Amino acid sequence: MSTIEDLKTAVINGRRKDVKTLVPELLESGIEPSALLSQALIPAMGVVGERFKNNEIFVPEMLVSARAMKEAMNVLEPKLLEAGIRPEHTALIGTVEGDLHDIGKNLVATMWKGAGFDVIDLGVNVPAARFIEAIEEHKPHIVGLSALLTTTMPAMRDTVAAIREAGHTSVKLLVGGAPITQSYANEIGADGYSRDAASAVDAAKEALGV
Amino acid sequence: MKYKTLAISDPAKLIYGVAPNPIETRHGMRIGGGLIYPELNFTLPDINIRKEAMPEIARHYKQIVTEALERAAELEAPGVMLEFETLPPMTEHPALGMEIVNILLEGIERAHGKYGLKATLRCTPNDNREFIRPPVMRSGRYWDAMLELFDQSAAAGAEFLSIESVGGKELHDDALVNGDLRAVLFSLCVMGVRDMNFIWEHIVAIAAKHGVHAAGDTACGFGNTAMVLAERKMIPRVFAAVVRAVTAVRSLVAYECGAVGPGKDCGYENPILKAITGCPMSMEGKTAACAHLSPMGNLAAATADLWSNESVQNIKLLGGMAPTCYMEQLIYDCRLMNTAAAEGEASALKMRDWLVKSDAGLDPQAMIITPESSVAIANAIVASPSHYAAGIAAARAAVKILRETSEAGCLRIDAREAGWLDRMEDELDDMPDTEDAFIEEMMEEVDLEKFTPADYGLPTTASA
Repeated sequence: MSTIEDLKTAVINGRRKDVKTLVPELLESGIEPSALLSQALIPAMGVVGERFKNNEIFVPEMLVSARAMKEAMNVLEPKLLEAGIRPEHTALIGTVEGDLHDIGKNLVATMWKGAGFDVIDLGVNVPAARFIEAIEEHKPHIVGLSALLTTTMPAMRDTVAAIREAGHTSVKLLVGGAPITQSYANEIGADGYSRDAASAVDAAKEALGV
Repeated sequence: MKYKTLAISDPAKLIYGVAPNPIETRHGMRIGGGLIYPELNFTLPDINIRKEAMPEIARHYKQIVTEALERAAELEAPGVMLEFETLPPMTEHPALGMEIVNILLEGIERAHGKYGLKATLRCTPNDNREFIRPPVMRSGRYWDAMLELFDQSAAAGAEFLSIESVGGKELHDDALVNGDLRAVLFSLCVMGVRDMNFIWEHIVAIAAKHGVHAAGDTACGFGNTAMVLAERKMIPRVFAAVVRAVTAVRSLVAYECGAVGPGKDCGYENPILKAITGCPMSMEGKTAACAHLSPMGNLAAATADLWSNESVQNIKLLGGMAPTCYMEQLIYDCRLMNTAAAEGEASALKMRDWLVKSDAGLDPQAMIITPESSVAIANAIVASPSHYAAGIAAARAAVKILRETSEAGCLRIDAREAGWLDRMEDELDDMPDTEDAFIEEMMEEVDLEKFTPADYGLPTTASA
């Protein structure tokens, strides 16, 4: 008989086909969807994230695991919603206005999803007004802002200021990107800074105090 | 495929400062004619680029050109290329870009009059087409504004026109992070090649109209993205190195359309292109550390005709403003190499070989662009009947080079990367025989929301 541990291992190893058969089997055996999420999928992606952070695996290998998790979530998500269970944390993410770089931003989104966050990706070249509109619509706990160019750093500063000026003082703002530093994050009033995608989950948890 | 043979088939002849097809500038620089010259690139510190900020922005560029060229004159540089790579609003609003072009051209003429300095300008409008998602590649305001800036800058006196074009990038970033060589080949050799043909036909026409040079493109957004991801340990270095070999097929199209060089600095595939076309090339390496890490800081100079710093912000350093300091560094790099070359072919080759040997064994990306590897990959490309076949052939040649040099103990490959050579070889073995068959397969797999097939002359579905 299959176990939660088997599902966790299948996700770690990126075995989508196994995940596809294991999830219904485990649900049929009476295990709650929330247990599969909290005891198999999120811990599995935690292991994968840790391996990536320690340079034991590459991004393509991490993404294979992320796709395996997604396979499971396709089945679990409707059941979780039906049971009124929503992700504990909602996150918005986007690259600031004038900047088209999205590899880093996409990887952070993947890492956050792996940690069980509900992630809404606003894409690239996102004006401050769009961030504010999305904050009002989705009421996120955390917002990730990315910039890769020195010339779009001012747009990051302006976006942080605009979000605060619009009265969204409790949402945690996390910034990152090649030219961004902790001191710049402090200077513009962000709540957190992540130097790379691998550290983004830790940085988000620290900002959220969890 | 226009090129059937190599302009430089002997690796010993693939060397810095000398290209079979040199280019002469108005003030008498002969690029590829025996000397390697500095090419200075620069950008702004964190300023919001908008019309109201233009006086401050103009002050920055005036300071850059004045002080950097003064330093070049003090150090008796035999010639200098300046590259103005625009920032997005400067291409979107050509009047903003042209204000800077004119400042730089005035600075070049001032330095020529005052010091007799030979300097010239490369204008590189950035490719804004991807600001719309999915990008509109062949029409629209971004396309029109880009062509307008090319046209106006050439009319004003910019002698060289370049671009970092983005055709194919819609799928390439995902291909990289997924380690998907098939998708890399589709992005570069199917989409990229088609877009390059389209865009370079226009650039070459503009250059001809104004009597200036269509210089060259770069697969920066492809090969350098892979290189940087590899340096950050996100993707395997061997994968990034193979991607680099494939980028040469895409960048080659500019020359097939009539570009004459010098190829753009950030195209680390340029040694392969120099072997094929005989056109002079710009390169960047150790003196571009201000912009990004490169695993071939010395080696990149080995076959260069212009030596660049990639880009540096106009900020104050102890020795002066950063572009001025980088001008000085580039001049000293070039002076040493030119001194070696002045002592004769044997000295130049010794210098080149030191540059090559100091990097080649330490990184797969470096090994791919040694003179020997460049000629081998170039040969694989010109022997191919199509760009699709050339992409596969370049990738195969690169895998073979990495495997053989590693097995011979000449290249260090990280243990966890070794399996990727087999994985890539398997993918190449599974490639369809024809491009049509490949396109049909890929159109079933790719995300059609990310690009517009018609902009690439591709069917919207496999059966269409």
